[in-house]
Amino acid sequence: MITRRTALAAGLAAPFIARSTANAQSVGRNETLLLVQEYGPNSLDMQGIGSSQPVNGVALNCYDRLLRFKPVPIPSGGGNTIAMTEIEGELAESWQVASDGMSCTFKLRNATFHSGRPVTARDVKWSLDRAVSIGGFATTQMNAGSLEKAEQFVALDDKTFRVDFIRKDKLTMPNLAVTIPFVFDSELAIANSGGDPWAKEWLKNNVAGSGAFKVESWKPGVETIYTRHDAWTSGKLPTLRRVIARDIASPSTRRALIERGDADISYGLPPKDFKDLLDAGKINVVGVPIPNGVWGLYLNTATGPFTDVRLRQAAAWAMPYEKMLQASLFGRGIDMSGGPATPKVAWPQPYPYKTDVAKAKALVDAAAPGGLSTTLLFDAGNATVAEPMAVLIKEAMAGIGINIEISKVPGANFRGEISKKTNPMVLNRFAGWLDYPDYYLFWTMHGNNSIFNIASYQNPALDKLVDEARFTSDKAVYERSVVDFVSLVSREVPMIPLAQPTHDVAMQKNIGGYQFQPCREPDFRYLTKA
Amino acid sequence: MLRLIGARLLTTIPSIIGVIIVTFLLTRVLPGDTAAYFAGPTASPKAIAEIRSKLGLDQPLPQQFASYVAALVKGDLGQSLTTGQPVTRDIAARLPASAELTLCGLLLAMSVALPLGVLAAVRQGSWIDHLCRIIATAGVSLPVFFTGLLLVFVFYFILGWSPAPLGRLDVFLSEPPRVTGFLLIDTLLAGDFPAFRAAIAQLILPAVTLGIFSLAPITRMTRASMLAVLGADFVRTARASGLSSGKVIGVYAFRNAMLPVVTTLGMVFSFLLGANVLVEKVFAWPGIGSYAVEALIASDYAPIQGFVLTMAVMYVMLNLLIDLLYGFIDPRVRLEG
Repeated sequence: MITRRTALAAGLAAPFIARSTANAQSVGRNETLLLVQEYGPNSLDMQGIGSSQPVNGVALNCYDRLLRFKPVPIPSGGGNTIAMTEIEGELAESWQVASDGMSCTFKLRNATFHSGRPVTARDVKWSLDRAVSIGGFATTQMNAGSLEKAEQFVALDDKTFRVDFIRKDKLTMPNLAVTIPFVFDSELAIANSGGDPWAKEWLKNNVAGSGAFKVESWKPGVETIYTRHDAWTSGKLPTLRRVIARDIASPSTRRALIERGDADISYGLPPKDFKDLLDAGKINVVGVPIPNGVWGLYLNTATGPFTDVRLRQAAAWAMPYEKMLQASLFGRGIDMSGGPATPKVAWPQPYPYKTDVAKAKALVDAAAPGGLSTTLLFDAGNATVAEPMAVLIKEAMAGIGINIEISKVPGANFRGEISKKTNPMVLNRFAGWLDYPDYYLFWTMHGNNSIFNIASYQNPALDKLVDEARFTSDKAVYERSVVDFVSLVSREVPMIPLAQPTHDVAMQKNIGGYQFQPCREPDFRYLTKA
Repeated sequence: MLRLIGARLLTTIPSIIGVIIVTFLLTRVLPGDTAAYFAGPTASPKAIAEIRSKLGLDQPLPQQFASYVAALVKGDLGQSLTTGQPVTRDIAARLPASAELTLCGLLLAMSVALPLGVLAAVRQGSWIDHLCRIIATAGVSLPVFFTGLLLVFVFYFILGWSPAPLGRLDVFLSEPPRVTGFLLIDTLLAGDFPAFRAAIAQLILPAVTLGIFSLAPITRMTRASMLAVLGADFVRTARASGLSSGKVIGVYAFRNAMLPVVTTLGMVFSFLLGANVLVEKVFAWPGIGSYAVEALIASDYAPIQGFVLTMAVMYVMLNLLIDLLYGFIDPRVRLEG
């Protein structure tokens, strides 16, 4: 029976019901990807100060760069990874390094911003100027590839752009393909800047790019929804039309969601869950050994007991490498013990040490006959892996007369602690975006004493070798320097490499096209859903 | 009445000022370097110093406090570094989510705990009294994250009755226009019934988790206070006068037993609102508790201060409300201004 009241109610409700079903139908579930991750972006501008790790994903998917890393198959299968020397054009249609090797000229392809405006060389210039001038992480990262001054970037005409090199640096070209030097719609940004030359506040909350995806809605700490930029020409148009990235703090919930089939792809589960999912076989787990990434035990060479190299070597002989790999990483990593006496041209690589308590004990007896007590520090944010590692280290070191007190500190505090450089032992994982041995050592053991040189290691001989490797263009010189500095630090052991972790991603069987990126954020442009 | 409320509010001003000073100092005393944390990987000391001066953390404490209070007067709680948004906007977005969940959990708990407590008191020593004891003990001794995960495991993972624990609404539904921030109300206002059903479905498990946890204090308090009242002279008199047992318990005894129960309810509500962090984590609920904890881990001062201040204000309001309720329940209790 239709009364006036029900008819009225139905009439009032109809547009809303129609709207919610229409929304769900316009982009079908098979074109929508549901990603679950621990936490999402705190900004939409990766160049901005204080941007968190997931902001890299926004930069990757919503903005284009001049260059990008070419997909290279993962040796163990499951998708693609990248190689530092394999680079292709993104906004650049072609590029030419000058004959003197001191500049590179890029020809831009016809691409349009989300606003519909064509991408011009002026936009590229504004964006790269911004990256080297804005300060904080973006500027540091640009400097790592010898991109230091705005004068290095020249817009020749609408479609031609030149980068002048201040020195020959093999990192310059790969550094143009990481997530920092991306290109903004400069006119749109300036129009909304409210007087700030770099439009920091506006770009933090708005995307003005030409990338394959736009941000449809962003609720910090809850979810980010991306929709495809249908006019994207800088690559093959993605098959996904919509991506929903939900922030789910609890790893158990993330695991339940992927196992039940409600989520398509999950990032950042504990290694044990990845192992279980892999063993169960219902879910695809793709693991890539993190390039240029390794868990290390840093022994302070400037102060405390480990200034004595014999004690550092004793620690390297005492580490329970295999046990740590199994009990803390659940086999999701590569053992870093028992390497050859002459190192290879690679990083990370196993040092020649392996678990040998007798050798370790002998060194301790010689250096500190009465044994000693010290502390071991790690970041509470890494506790899932670092805690069992620390306990195993404590147990092993007790066996050679070194008593350890474990101290676990929250993230904000951890940064403060390691910048003091007074802690005798610190357990940490460091991974560099640019996969070169000299780049890693430049950050972690070089005399410039960056915050990640946790061991406070200072050795002019090492600095000379690292600098030589960084700037030489002679392959033979490069390889000799790498072999020399790796054998130097394996003798001196300011840092004991423990294990190279794998970067794991769990996804449903119908998800294909996985692409690993150095920033370790999901690349939606290649993903497919069957 | 209004004068009484006004006078009552005046007395809360010193405690609010105290809260402002203490949270400001406490967040500064906390170990941890915000600037170093937000400078991110590969930050140089120069980059860290730049961030520190941008955040104003290089200024002396009194000056930082002065600018904090000046902003506070204008209703500006500062900027969160973890979400990159103004704290006022974050709290306004997240408080309704927490309040909706807590209220539903509390209502669920009350609907079980009050009858159970009353029955346990009336039939003291019977099986229902023992049941009441068992439920209360179990409820309070099971940690919420455990109950939450257990419920997710059984009702979502194994049975598949419950929707995916993905927050307040299914990902494929769009949120109704925001009026109150309470999804159950907003979906109805918008006439969006599928979304209303979805919102309820999402709410059930976390609300039950919270409900189980808050059962214990309410049941025990109802039982104890009912027992005291049932032993009182006026109940004996009422019985002797031949009033029916239902009328004696339901009207005379229950109403008098409500006073301590209402106090407990107020306490439980304000406690739950801030303390349901673990439930929020398990169910990906975008609430205020997990917001504060994440800020704490990152030494992000502004959200912590904003959170504590909001909680303090809510606590004051809640206490005032309870005091007013007393007057209605028991006319002998009058607010003294």
